[in-house]
Amino acid sequence: MLVGAAPFGVIFGTLAIGSGLPVWLTLGLSLLVFAGSSQFVAVSLIGSGTALPVIWLTTFVVNLRHALYSATLLPYARELPARWRWALSFWLTDETFAVVENQLRLHSNARDGAWYWLGSSLAMYCNWQLWTVVGVLLGQSVPVLATLGLDFAMVATFAAIVALQLRQRPVLFAALVAGGVALLARGLPYKLGLMLAALAGVAAGVLAERLAERVNRPTDPQASP
Amino acid sequence: MNAYTTGESVLILLGMVLVTYGIRLSFLVFGHRTAFPHWLERALRYVPAAVLTALIAPMALAPQGAIDVSLHNAYLPGTVAAIAVALWTRQTLAAILGGFVVYGLWRWLVV
Repeated sequence: MLVGAAPFGVIFGTLAIGSGLPVWLTLGLSLLVFAGSSQFVAVSLIGSGTALPVIWLTTFVVNLRHALYSATLLPYARELPARWRWALSFWLTDETFAVVENQLRLHSNARDGAWYWLGSSLAMYCNWQLWTVVGVLLGQSVPVLATLGLDFAMVATFAAIVALQLRQRPVLFAALVAGGVALLARGLPYKLGLMLAALAGVAAGVLAERLAERVNRPTDPQASP
Repeated sequence: MNAYTTGESVLILLGMVLVTYGIRLSFLVFGHRTAFPHWLERALRYVPAAVLTALIAPMALAPQGAIDVSLHNAYLPGTVAAIAVALWTRQTLAAILGGFVVYGLWRWLVV
């Protein structure tokens, strides 16, 4: 996981600097927001001069899945003091959730679990900061990126991130529909096209998942709703 | 980026922090129930892929504003290469570099 996050941290730092974000804002996003996907999205939106409320709304939508993690981990955190829950919440990301949820489900020792959770969180956090700094330094020393197709760097990065999820077939549908709608609605103001496309893509993903279930288990009356 | 003053940049950051931290705190600190509607649980998993694709589709397919699927659009072969390398190697960095090589060569040789 730590190794897996490294290229994203580096690319984030490089893209952010290349897009003209000040160093403090780039580091601030990693230090305080600490949410990979939304940081990438923010770089893209900030780079194109998007209105503030749109940036916040998009951040909300992109990170809303963290509420799911927050809810899933609650049973393991009920007994913890409030300051622990405030702290652990701050570091809740996709990677931490995946590691910690698995560990806590298999070994439900509350006290050790909390320390494992904290340790994983801190490791991911420091790792992300380290690679962001590397990316910032790279972005500063390779200003060519700005002239040599920063937009393409962003396209290639996002395409690669999505491509890695394409083995899940519904993600393919979600991506195709989101891309199509975004393309058609690209002229709308306030990045409305982005919101429409995200909504349509998510709906397509859910629909594809349902259809796949129906095809795979046509005779099972207990198939999930 | 020149579009924002320093104050606005601070606001962007603070707003993003509040929104993100608020979501993470939601259940762990303020929540009591853990039941999440199943449909919502599913839907949320598709959000990042949908948003990222929605951001790049217009950039790759209509870089100048109008849809351009001609040979003059180097974004297309570059993006296809990035996706292909990603599927093949499962490595993000390799995919980006591969995409860049094809994009660069295309601009040099074809456009």
